[in-house]
Amino acid sequence: MHSFVNKPGDSIARSLAGMAACYPNLLRVHFDPDFVQRAQPGRAGKVVVITGSGSGHEPLPTGYVGLGMLDAACPGPIFTSPTPDQLLAATHAVEQGAGVVYIVKNYAGAVFNSEICTEELSREGIRARKVLVNDDVAIPEISNRRGLGAAPIVIRIAGAAAEAGRPLEEVVAVSVRAAENARSMGFATNIETLPRSIHALPLGDHTVELGVGIHGEPGVEQQVEGAEEIVERLMQPIVDDLPYRSGDRVLLLVSGLGGTPPLELFLFFQHIYEFLESRGIVVQRRLVGNYLTSLGRGGCTVTLLRLDDELLGLWDAPIHTPTLHW
Amino acid sequence: MAQEITLGQLRRWLILYADRIIAEEEQLTRLDAAIGDADHGVNMRRGLEKVRERLLDEETQYADVGAFFRSIAMTLISAVGGAAGPLYGTFFLRAATSPHNGERVDLPQFTRMLRFGLDGLQQRGKAHINDKTMVDTIQPAVEAMEAALASGQSLAVALAAAKQAARLGMEHTIEIRANKGRASYLGDRSIGHQDPGATSAYFLFETAVVALSTPVPKE
Repeated sequence: MHSFVNKPGDSIARSLAGMAACYPNLLRVHFDPDFVQRAQPGRAGKVVVITGSGSGHEPLPTGYVGLGMLDAACPGPIFTSPTPDQLLAATHAVEQGAGVVYIVKNYAGAVFNSEICTEELSREGIRARKVLVNDDVAIPEISNRRGLGAAPIVIRIAGAAAEAGRPLEEVVAVSVRAAENARSMGFATNIETLPRSIHALPLGDHTVELGVGIHGEPGVEQQVEGAEEIVERLMQPIVDDLPYRSGDRVLLLVSGLGGTPPLELFLFFQHIYEFLESRGIVVQRRLVGNYLTSLGRGGCTVTLLRLDDELLGLWDAPIHTPTLHW
Repeated sequence: MAQEITLGQLRRWLILYADRIIAEEEQLTRLDAAIGDADHGVNMRRGLEKVRERLLDEETQYADVGAFFRSIAMTLISAVGGAAGPLYGTFFLRAATSPHNGERVDLPQFTRMLRFGLDGLQQRGKAHINDKTMVDTIQPAVEAMEAALASGQSLAVALAAAKQAARLGMEHTIEIRANKGRASYLGDRSIGHQDPGATSAYFLFETAVVALSTPVPKE
């Protein structure tokens, strides 16, 4: 059997129920409209942070609900952004009077749906702001760039700032600064597996796709001999884009797309670490694992966040979610 | 022939449109698979099945044409998802705010409704003509309606002109490069493929000809 989710029915709802059952002390799930909220509501009067995302990218968004990150998350159908009624229901469930920040990956559907939601909230007198995540350097025009690994990072920064009791505009400002200092790119080692296979032919033995999206969007096929070569072609565009310079301090996130084992992710991490070290870029914080996936696709995305003392402090603040906790 | 469109005809229009979308799900998916993420067919079917269900329910009553379009919009926004849901939703939501005669619209009013819808769609999506989106179908269709209206044509002629312009606009998306949406990630590789959104939008104007220019039997 190839997969259990590529058919109609209630597989996403069952998965959400399973997640809530797995983390009874952390999560509560609500159905129709679907959203997940913290089991223990956030401190009274805090700004709330919410994100929506198509399903298939787990642990984004539901695995990031909890202290120091999200107040609520809205999963859509597979690879399809959630609808405004989900975002509105989640907002009404958790909002505390101090306003709401939506972290939105830059995809047309996610942007439009969050706009419709914020327009409705402004009619209701609830202050709502949108922070756009568009970190994928594989897309030349910045306004068109997709949201990749910067999504969980920006959510974390927003969540930590909200937890610290900062007002809405400050939470937005620091989240925007995190988004502006983050760059990513991904590659895939195999074709998209689900849900509606887009590629007709599998990739050859020495072929990867560079610059892929997380919904099976194709990249550019490249012939490579090994991990070191992939890393070189992946990291140079990322480093050149911001650019990240010698002496910069960074957070490095290496996230598998869901079909690459930890053994390989650490192999990539080591090559990436050496690449950055040789350029004088200081890796101050790092994460390796499945943090933003594309169902079961092979490959990974790499994200750099340029750190300063404020961003580092927010990153290090206490956090307790199913996925991240310290 | 009547030069007004009734609520019953509008209802029949959206039912026919839903039938067409449901029948074309695979084609829409195939088009989207080539340049997008292959979910346009399934998303549109999910939304239009909901629309169809509501419209076929004899209990569902609409106060007027505005309320009708608002109801269609809210169903599409909550049930389609992705980018198409809010875009089609905004189109009908904005059309609903244009003047009408209660349970009827005349040709000038209906044309203005479509223009309002198009303006709303463009404000939401920031797409222009030749960006390879549904605007490439809807804008020429609305312009054709406006031209037909200006030259004193009948409702049937205006709708036929809109359909023809919509078809040409849809087919023109094959030749152009995508500047909006997920297809834009492909750059020049998007050339040679018909846009799925432009295609689903074409069915609106195709089904409008029969649904809106002939009387509804039971009315």
